[in-house]
Amino acid sequence: MGKFEYAPAPESRDVVALRESYGLFIDGDFVPGQGDGVFKTISPATEEVLAEVTEASPADVDRAVSAARRAYERTWSVMPGRERAKYLFRIARIIQERARELAVLESLDNGKPIRESRDVDIPLAAAHFFYYAGWADKLEHAGFGPDPRPLGVAGQVIPWNFPLLMLAWKIAPALACGNTVVLKPAETTPLTALLFAEICQQADLPPGVVNIVTGAGPTGRALVAHPGIDKIAFTGSTEVGKEIARAAGRRKVTLELGGKAANIVFADAPVDQAVEGIVNGIFFNQGHVCCAGSRLLVQESVYDEVLASLRRRLTTLRLGDPLDKNTDVGAINSPAQLAKIRELSDAGEAEGAERWSAPCELPVKGFWFPPTVFTGVSPAHRIAREEIFGPVLSVLTFRTPAEAVAKANNTPYGLSAGVWTDKGSRILWMASRLRAGVVWANTFNKFDPTSPFGGYKESGYGREGGRHGLEAYLDV
Amino acid sequence: MSETVPASRLAVRKTYKLFIGGAFPRSESGRSYPVTDHKGNFLANAAMASRKDARDAVTAARKAVAGWSGATAYNRGQVLYRVAELLEGRRTQFTAEVRAAEGVGARAAESAVDATIDRWVWYAGWADKISQVRGSANQVAGPYYNISLPEATGVAAVLAPQDSSLLGLVSVVAPAVVSGNTVIAVASESRPLPAVTLSEVLATSDVPGGVINILTGRTAEIAPWLASHMDVNAIDLTGAADDAADDLADAAADNLKRVIRPRTADGDWTGSPSLHRMHAYLETKTVWHPTGI
Repeated sequence: MGKFEYAPAPESRDVVALRESYGLFIDGDFVPGQGDGVFKTISPATEEVLAEVTEASPADVDRAVSAARRAYERTWSVMPGRERAKYLFRIARIIQERARELAVLESLDNGKPIRESRDVDIPLAAAHFFYYAGWADKLEHAGFGPDPRPLGVAGQVIPWNFPLLMLAWKIAPALACGNTVVLKPAETTPLTALLFAEICQQADLPPGVVNIVTGAGPTGRALVAHPGIDKIAFTGSTEVGKEIARAAGRRKVTLELGGKAANIVFADAPVDQAVEGIVNGIFFNQGHVCCAGSRLLVQESVYDEVLASLRRRLTTLRLGDPLDKNTDVGAINSPAQLAKIRELSDAGEAEGAERWSAPCELPVKGFWFPPTVFTGVSPAHRIAREEIFGPVLSVLTFRTPAEAVAKANNTPYGLSAGVWTDKGSRILWMASRLRAGVVWANTFNKFDPTSPFGGYKESGYGREGGRHGLEAYLDV
Repeated sequence: MSETVPASRLAVRKTYKLFIGGAFPRSESGRSYPVTDHKGNFLANAAMASRKDARDAVTAARKAVAGWSGATAYNRGQVLYRVAELLEGRRTQFTAEVRAAEGVGARAAESAVDATIDRWVWYAGWADKISQVRGSANQVAGPYYNISLPEATGVAAVLAPQDSSLLGLVSVVAPAVVSGNTVIAVASESRPLPAVTLSEVLATSDVPGGVINILTGRTAEIAPWLASHMDVNAIDLTGAADDAADDLADAAADNLKRVIRPRTADGDWTGSPSLHRMHAYLETKTVWHPTGI
């Protein structure tokens, strides 16, 4: 079957008004950095420079932490929960009102398809603020004692794969519990965080409650090491997570780190649904997802059928302009990430796995990698052990449920897992044995503000979302 | 002289050994160290556990995880309750040992033992309730059934408090085992004897071998091996020296162990415990499934 030809259906960029350069958001205002460091943020789909952004120095971080401390002591921690709640509801509403602007900006800066930023990232970010807003005046009923107290100033470092959504996961519960925050967005995707700063201004959020410092690793390190930080929250690589765990000392830390999830397909699973789940599991957001189903475990008896159907489905994926509403697979976020994906894919081939990529034309400019499937993968291969964080699927097989569990758990990670079967008792049996913080049964990559998310083992500790997510920001 | 007093009988002394995988080995290193009472009088020689003993204990604890965490919560509750029954039967012995170890009066020792027994009972009762308190059904915005449940994190290393030889030990071990974790406990270094006697209680109760392992010796020597062990999932630093705790936490980050730091309230083990220790050994697993016909 030939691919349908689609006319381009680009979302308009007009809704976004980019500034030429951005300062830091400290104490309610955009201010220039004290050093002279700046960096450019580009569109990974075209390599077009979008804006110049300030690289926060340790002195800037110190200023932001002081502002957060003042706001914590004088305003936010003493404000009744019902008032804090109303600020958060306001923020949720403004995110909804400016949703299209945020979605376009996110796709521009990150490279993800507009379909995903519009239908997943931004609505979930708004929902997260709406959910935690409701907790702000009910904390005494959350099961952490009669008067749970906030921790103080939270230092938060977030990744580039879901920029605004990760911001929401961090800021909404922190503020609901009465903490103030200094947040560092990823250096390749700072723009929606800076637009969020404007949203805080529109919401009349008291100055200093939210501070945004842009920069790369050194800025993050300065933030985490700052003695004025009472709580550290980090989402990113396991390697940096361990560094943060060591730097944290006696402060409370939550870490949401890497993963190498198994997506397990049993012979009795409905193949078409499972294949949709496999595709969504690893090619959603170009595979830049910590909980991506990057290891496909297929029961031997349906291996041929599942693989044939998967390959057929992958030929229909549309890769290209992130702002095109028909696009399924967008750009790889950065040249560094593209290099990592290429390195691991080459290692997969060199170690003897068989590589197959969906036939698609890659744009000349920008950073791109075609949806790729490796078969004949052994559990010892690097592509079965290391997080690739790209659109690369490693396929392994199994015979018995016990073997599937053993292979799925054979990793230092433990963030998520998927199970596809028509048999209810087997789902529950598998779910209870998979060492992972989220188990998707007959679905994959579903997220909700009410649903706790986080890892076992080296995928980190603490939970984000739901009642559980409050604990990360309370002194309990 | 004693020969002239026929009523006096030479006591048969007990050899205080390690408790690993349900057995009572001496330290593989062949080492022991003298334990004295608070006045400096010799009480016994205790085994001085080595790195190898610690690693053996981790192996035993790992082996026991599947069975213990896979047992029904009702079963775990009953098994732990039975430990309390056996402790009650040895109340006099424990009182004497706590008294000798801690140098407290008879009344104080007795109340520490009573509190210890009551604490086992309290924790035993949590076995089939923690999931209801800690779990949740989550109302997601879509046609999905979504539930979050706590699960044991796995193998826990517990550095027991140095002062409270029995009540303190039980207060840090029970919250880990009740939810299905298995434990390697390092007993109070200078007051280890009540812990060894506790291991005899455990051996004759229904607690499966390897679920609770007890080491005696130098905390500072054993703790780093447990903190850096890649098959240990959590570590409680309560019994670590203040200046050692940060280094141990550092080593624990190698595989992102869950680290439990002592809290101010921990000085007084007689107070009613909060849930934070039980929580620290629990992971939360969230399961999604579509609803539909």
